[in-house]
Amino acid sequence: MNLKKILKNGFLVLVVSLILTACATQKKVTTTGQLQGDVYTGSDTVKELASGVPDRVFFATNETVLTTASRETLRKQATWLRKNSDINVVLEGHADERGTREYNLALGERRANSAKDYLMTYGISSNRISVLSYGKEKPVDSGSNPLAWSKNRRSVTVKAN
Amino acid sequence: MFFRYLFIFLFLLPIKVFALIEVDITRGNLNPLPVAVSPLAIDKASKDNFKRILNKKNLGLEISTIVENNLKQSGLFNPLNKEAFLQEPDIANLKPRFEDWNLIKAQALVTGKVTFVDEKLRVEFRLWDVLAGKEMMALAFTTVPSNWRRVGHIITDKVYERLTGEKGYFDTRIIYISEEGPKTNRIKKLAIMDQDGFNNKFLTLGNELVLTPRFSPTNQMVTYLSYFRNLPRVYLLDIETGMQEVVGDFPGMTFAPRFSPDGKKIIMSFAKDGNSDIYTMDLENRIVERISNHPSIDTSPSYSPDGKYITFNSDRSGYQQIYIMSSNGKNVKRISFGNGLYGTPVWSPRGDLIAFTKLHKGKFYIGVMRTDGTGERLLTENFYQEAPSWSPNGRVLIFYRETKTNAKGEGFSAKLWSIDLTGYNEKMINTETDASDPSWSSLLSN
Repeated sequence: MNLKKILKNGFLVLVVSLILTACATQKKVTTTGQLQGDVYTGSDTVKELASGVPDRVFFATNETVLTTASRETLRKQATWLRKNSDINVVLEGHADERGTREYNLALGERRANSAKDYLMTYGISSNRISVLSYGKEKPVDSGSNPLAWSKNRRSVTVKAN
Repeated sequence: MFFRYLFIFLFLLPIKVFALIEVDITRGNLNPLPVAVSPLAIDKASKDNFKRILNKKNLGLEISTIVENNLKQSGLFNPLNKEAFLQEPDIANLKPRFEDWNLIKAQALVTGKVTFVDEKLRVEFRLWDVLAGKEMMALAFTTVPSNWRRVGHIITDKVYERLTGEKGYFDTRIIYISEEGPKTNRIKKLAIMDQDGFNNKFLTLGNELVLTPRFSPTNQMVTYLSYFRNLPRVYLLDIETGMQEVVGDFPGMTFAPRFSPDGKKIIMSFAKDGNSDIYTMDLENRIVERISNHPSIDTSPSYSPDGKYITFNSDRSGYQQIYIMSSNGKNVKRISFGNGLYGTPVWSPRGDLIAFTKLHKGKFYIGVMRTDGTGERLLTENFYQEAPSWSPNGRVLIFYRETKTNAKGEGFSAKLWSIDLTGYNEKMINTETDASDPSWSSLLSN
């Protein structure tokens, strides 16, 4: 009898905790394929500045905050830039097509600058980095869907010389 | 019951009989006024001369067609089929047989005459109230023959003004961005055309990215954003001379330019170190003034017609919203409080409304609100549309709309559209290429 009760209660607790964790994961970030939340995590369109150094970082909608993955990419870029002190870079900031043109120009500038600021905290001099916003003018993916938009919300590090 | 009808009848009758025709443009017009636009009369010698100069077989007919198309586009008028006209153009212009025009249900009639005088184009035209059997207006003017399309627009403006009581918007031009090529590699050029899509001209070659052109109040200058040498800067272009100069040569990006209502200043955003603020530059003495100072994005500034206030777009609340402030940057006040994001505020030339773009639940809207943020009205909903620009009389908005691409990323297009302030009469404007970022000029004449 007691055992039955315990099992029953245990079962209830299990069900409740399952529901709770389900809620929790839904509230946090959903990882589906190449998206975490709505930040692109895939490798399509990503090029390399040097072997093992990806050239771009991605952003969430209307956001300019760097993700953990973005910071890792930028640290690799900083290491590479320290080794190649003769190379200057342009950070090209972009937005997706789901925003007004003028706001997106400002947003692209802000994204490129958040990448620039991070590179600077890893010892790259600001006079080696220039910033250029294209707003929504230069998408890499012409699709009108969340995955395409996530690839377009980006800051790309390009060699200036 | 009978008496009630009689009462209404008696009440309406006097207005019909004694008042000349009037068109109400403040509400959506579902019954456009039937109007007959007679071909303008033309004598044989003038016909031959215009044919020689302009290569137009019958200039009188051509001009009347321009008037007809304009009236139709306005949505307020219903131009009647010329084939039903019973009276010859020359006689109609002297003395219309009103019963004939009445027969085809015309309520207003436009007649006129073009002649070739001293190498010039002379036009006279009349507007008649068919029901009252009266002349409402008669005007004549002379211009160079190459202006013949403008003649049609000026006639329309006069007819529109006489019938609605408000200035027209037909003798105007649109400056816009012509777009070609795949979505991922668009070639963009500065282009200008008449309000009806004719006389299209490209002002840049497409070598560099250009965006957001806006007219000066005198229509002679245009300010826009160019990526010349990959430096996004605000430029100034004189349309007549083709002279171009950079005005926003700051150490960063300058963008979102517009003229002040007196044409003496350019207001724009300047972005540096991840922050966009609003600045003005005096075009005479080149003095730069900082207007807004906030760590958020401040952009898309637009002056009130009296120059005392500025409406702009800011995300200082965390999201894109519309604000107004005094022209010195003081007294900043948020005015948009609805659900969704708001951008591209533009002050109406009448001063009473602000047009905007709104993004809500994945849809884009063009709307208007009063300058205190009340009375929000959404005029049109679509997958993507933005950047409204007012007609000079504040009755029509022009904007651009982009299509959703298919699963393969194909099928992208961008086109110019217009809609009445009433929310009715939505129309696509024909352009040779794809088009975006339209800006409406003020009236070219008077």
